[in-house]
Amino acid sequence: MSLIVGMSILLGCQFLGEVISRALALPIPGPVLGMLILLIGLMVRGGVPGSLRMMGEGLLKYLTLLFVPAGVGLIQHFGLISREFWILAVTLVVSTAVTILVTSQALQRTARRTGKHQESDP
Amino acid sequence: MNGFGFQQIWVYLAASPLLHLFATLIAFLVATRVNRWAGGTQLLHPVIVAIALLIGFLLLTGTDYTTYFEGAQFLHFLLGPATVALAIPLYDHRERVRRMLLPIAIGSLVGIATAVVTAVGIALLLGADPQTVLSLAPKSVTSPIAMGIAEKLGGIPSLTAGLVLLTGVVGCIVGPWIFRWTRITDPSIQGYTMGLAAHGFGTAYCFASIGAVAGAFSGLSMGLSGLLTAFLLPPIVHLFGL
Repeated sequence: MSLIVGMSILLGCQFLGEVISRALALPIPGPVLGMLILLIGLMVRGGVPGSLRMMGEGLLKYLTLLFVPAGVGLIQHFGLISREFWILAVTLVVSTAVTILVTSQALQRTARRTGKHQESDP
Repeated sequence: MNGFGFQQIWVYLAASPLLHLFATLIAFLVATRVNRWAGGTQLLHPVIVAIALLIGFLLLTGTDYTTYFEGAQFLHFLLGPATVALAIPLYDHRERVRRMLLPIAIGSLVGIATAVVTAVGIALLLGADPQTVLSLAPKSVTSPIAMGIAEKLGGIPSLTAGLVLLTGVVGCIVGPWIFRWTRITDPSIQGYTMGLAAHGFGTAYCFASIGAVAGAFSGLSMGLSGLLTAFLLPPIVHLFGL
């Protein structure tokens, strides 16, 4: 039964998020609002129910499998990909490398400045 | 007679969701094996290998994507509840977040802005189609969120999904190299950066290759930056006049 309870909590939050996103015409996807709703719910309740943890962590463990059906959708875009191959390749590599460089430097510098960064202690 | 019987069975199977759902699971299992044989290299990430196998299968059998998706949609649907479930690691690490609030806030804002501005800027500079640019904009975010953002912006969600996966692979290849080059050794910073730039792929990489602290921070960052990007991306993209 606990898997059903866990799944119902997740679907319920997603449902609420979807309704709010459509009703207010927000640019935020329904599941993201659902995540926020669940987070607020957990804070208010002060803990993660066992059923929710079992279902949620199970889903997150196999998250990469869930990407596969959408990824196969690349088959529909062969034309676009071969036309803009170099644009896509250069953008992906350069943008990702710059993002990693800038983000890690920003974190390093602010963590050092605030000096409260206990994880870096040996 | 025999050939005719086989053809009938094939016609039945090709039209039912069973075949393509089954094929997706088998492809993923095979891809996981292939990746293990190859020594776990990021170049042969199980997801990429599985997608390549399935695309080959669809081309060989002359199946179109709509038919394939009728079976695979059952897995795809689970991305929604999985996104909601990201609230669990976020909740688990709320103390850490509170302690590192300032670095996390600044790092997230700077990182997300960099990811979006470089992706949109470089693609525009190289003369990409507006629709391609909008599909590229959310590339660093985990795909359920990225696809939702692309859809709302007017990009192509299925193209975004593919680009997100490729971004994840690129991140896992260049990330460790950049950390070595800039001497970033703190696992929490490595983890947070990988989650922000390379979403679930970065998180999986951190758990497997750096450690539990990096993995937890990466998961946290994947959820938090996905959430923030959903709010921040539309106004940033509008700055480019798209």
